[in-house]
This record gives sequence, C-alpha cells and structure tokens, in this order.
Amino acid sequence: MVVVNAALLFGAVLALTPLAWMICASLMQPGEASEFPPPFFPSSPTLANYRDLFTRLSLGRALASSLIVSGATTLGVLFLNSMAGYAFAKLRFPGRNRLFGLLVAALVIPAQVSMLPLFLMLRSLKLVNTYAGAVLPGLAGIIGIFLIRQFAQSIPDDLIDAARLEGASEFRIYRTIVLPLLRPVLATLGIVTFLATWNDFVWPLVILTDESRYTLPVALATLVGEHVPDTELMMAGAVLTVLPVLLLFLALQRQYVEGITLGGVKE
Amino acid sequence: MAAEARLARSTPHEIRAAWMFLAPGLLTIGVFFVLPIAAGFLLSLTDFDIYSLGNLENVRVVGLRNYARLLADPLLWKAMRNTAFFLFVGGPLTLGVALAAALLLHTRVARLKGVFRTIFFTPYVTTLVAVAVVFRYLYHPRFGLIDHVLGWFGIPPIDWLGDPRWAMPAIVLLAVWKNFGYATILFVAGLQAIPESLYEAARIDGAGPVQMFRKITVPMLAPTFLFLGVMTTIGYFQFFAEPYVMTGGGGPLNATLSVGLLMYKNGFRWWNMGYAAAIAFVLFVVVLGLTAIQFRIQKRRDA
Repeated sequence: MVVVNAALLFGAVLALTPLAWMICASLMQPGEASEFPPPFFPSSPTLANYRDLFTRLSLGRALASSLIVSGATTLGVLFLNSMAGYAFAKLRFPGRNRLFGLLVAALVIPAQVSMLPLFLMLRSLKLVNTYAGAVLPGLAGIIGIFLIRQFAQSIPDDLIDAARLEGASEFRIYRTIVLPLLRPVLATLGIVTFLATWNDFVWPLVILTDESRYTLPVALATLVGEHVPDTELMMAGAVLTVLPVLLLFLALQRQYVEGITLGGVKE
Repeated sequence: MAAEARLARSTPHEIRAAWMFLAPGLLTIGVFFVLPIAAGFLLSLTDFDIYSLGNLENVRVVGLRNYARLLADPLLWKAMRNTAFFLFVGGPLTLGVALAAALLLHTRVARLKGVFRTIFFTPYVTTLVAVAVVFRYLYHPRFGLIDHVLGWFGIPPIDWLGDPRWAMPAIVLLAVWKNFGYATILFVAGLQAIPESLYEAARIDGAGPVQMFRKITVPMLAPTFLFLGVMTTIGYFQFFAEPYVMTGGGGPLNATLSVGLLMYKNGFRWWNMGYAAAIAFVLFVVVLGLTAIQFRIQKRRDA
C-alpha cells in the first residue's frame, strides 16, 4: 500500500515539477535562473517579467490573437458540427451510414498532408495573414460530428416527430428542441476545440506571417528563435500561454475528460 | 435491421432537411480538407517553386520526378530515421508509463485517485510550444534542473540538446511527460470495464498476478491499445514543434530533423512546394500503412 501511493506521489512530482519551475522562474529577478547551482524558488518574487511581456514584447496582442482565433474556431465548430451530428443521428436519408463511415475513416489522415495546398488556396483568396485564414481550416473538424452524433442518438424520436406534426420547421426543431438537449456535449466539444486551437502551432505559424497577428505559441517560438536570453522573461511568456488553458481545464475538467474518452469509445 | 427499416421510411422532406443540415459542415470539410489533399497529390507531380508563386505559368508537370529525387535524398532518410525513433521508442514508452500509472490508480489501496488522475493529465492540456520552451531550459547542461538532479547521483552533466546522441532521447522524454496522462485516462476506463468475475475465476484456478495480467488484463485492453496505438502513430509521426523550438529546427547535425519539419522547411522556407508536397505524401502513405498494420493485428487477434 505504501509502495503504490509512494509511486503515485513520485509520478505526480515528476508531472508537476516542470510546470512548478516554470512558474517559479517567471517570478525571479533578471538573471537569477542562470545562477549556479540553479535555484528552484525565487529569492524575492517579482511580477516585473509579466510587465515586460506586455510592454517590451507586446505579447498582449498575441494573447488577443489567440483569444480571437480560438474563440471564433470554437463557435464555428459548435455550429457546423451540431447540425451535421444531429443530421447523422436523427434524420433518415439514403447513404447515411456509408457517408458517416467515410468521415470516420478520414480521421486517420494526418493534417500535415493538406497544409501546402491549403496555404496556396488561401493565398489566392487573399487570406494569408488574416484571422479568417487561421480559423477556416479548423472548422473542417470531423471528431466533433462524431461526438455530437453519439450524444444526439439518445434524443427520443417521438420528441422530434411530435414537433413535426405540430408543423414546426426543421430548423426550428433543431434550434428549440435539439440544441438545448445537446448542451452537455456542446460544452464538451467547446472546451476540447478551444484547447486544441489554442495549443495549435503549425497552421498559425504558416498562415500568420506578420508579428501583429501571431498567436501566443507562434510569438513564443519566434522569441526563442531570436535568442531572447532572459530565462525569466521566457518563462513568464510560457506561463501566459499555458495558464488560460490550464484554468479552463481545471474549471471544466469533467466535460473535457468526457470528450477525450468518448472519442476513444468504440462503436 | 431496425435502423435500416427506419432509413427506408425516410420521406423526401426529411432527406432534404438532412442535406440542409449537413451541407455547411460537409462543404467546409470538402473545401478545407478533402480538396487540399487531392490538390496536394497533384502539386507533388509539379515543380512548383518560388517562381510559380509569382506566376502560375512557371509551373511544369514533372511526373514522379519529385518522388525519385526524394527517395535519393539522404535528408529524407535521416528525417525518417528520427521520426521512426520518436514513434517506436516514444510511443511504447508513453503507453508503458501510462499503463503502469493506470494499474497503480486501479489498485484498491491507492489513495486520492481523482487528484492523481488530474495531476497526471495536466501536462497533456498544456501548450506544446510553451512546455518545449520550459524543457529547453530544464535540459541546459549548466543551469538546467535535470542535469543538476542527475548530479546528486554522481552522473556527469549531459548536453541534452547539444549532443546528437542525446537530442532525440531528450525530445522523447518531453513527449512521454506530456502525453502519458491522456493514455492513462483511457487505460483506467478500460481497466474499469473488465469484469471482476474474470479475475475471481482465475484466482480460483490458481493463477498468479503475472498470469492474470497476461491472460486477462492485456487481452481485455486490446481495443484501448488499438485506439491509442493508432492515435499515437498519427500524432507522433507528425512531430514538429519540439525540434522547431528546442533544437533550432532539427539540430544538432540534423539529429532531430523530423519528416514534418523537412516538409515545412522545403515548403514554407525555401518554397519548393512541389517537392514538399511529395514529402507530405510519403508521410501520408507511411502513416496509412502503419495504421493498417495495427488494424490487421487486432483483427487477427479477434479471429
């Protein structure tokens, strides 16, 4: 019993130490993290590095970009996937199962395969270095359709048929009956999408070419490339990038884990 | 059967409604996912480069020449080896650590299970670029915490990211740290689904813990292994941000150059887009092949 819990504790320490050090180093005085032997806790904690992030490095703009791109992608995905998922779960049409199977099979296609032509396409639409360019490919999500469909199958057919008999239009049924019932799975899909978009790196790196549009991961990676030497400042930047998603995860943990595990459930 | 009968009863009104709901989503997937993949294959058959970017008339069809050049390119093979190392060392290590953590969490004597599960999962939700920056400093041979702690045990400092022999293992360790919690959650769910009666019956038959693990736990977790195997293959084969952030884009001496990075550099730094598209398709074929193999193994086990 002691062995099991000691092993779990050891694992927890390993899992948290890098993040704890990140926070500690972000509160250190300039140069303090590059002393020998390396200190873990700041000798006199300061928020100066965070002030520098917003004044000297203007990471406030990157924070805004990240919020805009992740927020818009999340709203778009919720809208598109809830409609498609509902149709796959509840509306009868020929070829439904085959089409759905095709979509699920496409899940194994690595996203990097579509990147080059996607860039050329958006370039011809003059969408390079725009938020729209950063958001649009993210709306082509398949996993969300899968999640919504799984959940929507539990909506009783009678409810929909009754509304139809009363003469409600299909869109009205979706909006007033289906969407409210889907609320739990929409929360799940929302947080999963927001986190994935926030953390995404390759696509924003490719499509956002100007510093004023960089999302936080792109801005941070660029600072590393420019060899910004201050460890403490870089750690403050890392905290700024990680903290929003970390807080969101802790607040909506149950919904997030549900989304992650539902994706793993087999048919 | 019942579902098929219901489908047969679909009315024209319902079919029209279904397509109206599907159209926006499917159109988006078609335009921003399917079309680019098809276009990518065509792109890989051309010599699309920076001059073509200025004027499309400069594009020539070169057939399979990009692929021929690619397969003779030592950089591709270097990137393939690194990527294979990341997948075949990092993947099993990630799943192994995750399974160990899940088995510990599943024991009856474990305390604070929910807290530990959340802690293990926390690295998974963090931003890869940000934690790659953090690990870059943790791996520093003089000021890094990792070498400092190893020093307590008399291990001389390792230049993790500067030594070609250690750079890939360093990146693998970051991946294991970041991803094992995700697999742990799925393994715990899988373990909870195994009926306790199976173990009781085995115990009556005199089976030991190792035997029960091999004959009951592992086979019952097969679907979880398959899912995680496929997901890890797809994810790990595209690794990109770690070398981009930690080793200045694939160094030292290309020791951490990945296939994704090679494609990115060719495509977006040197604008050899035809050649880069060929790299993308090689990546695609390899991932598809590895995925197919895993499904095949699973099928044979079921049979």
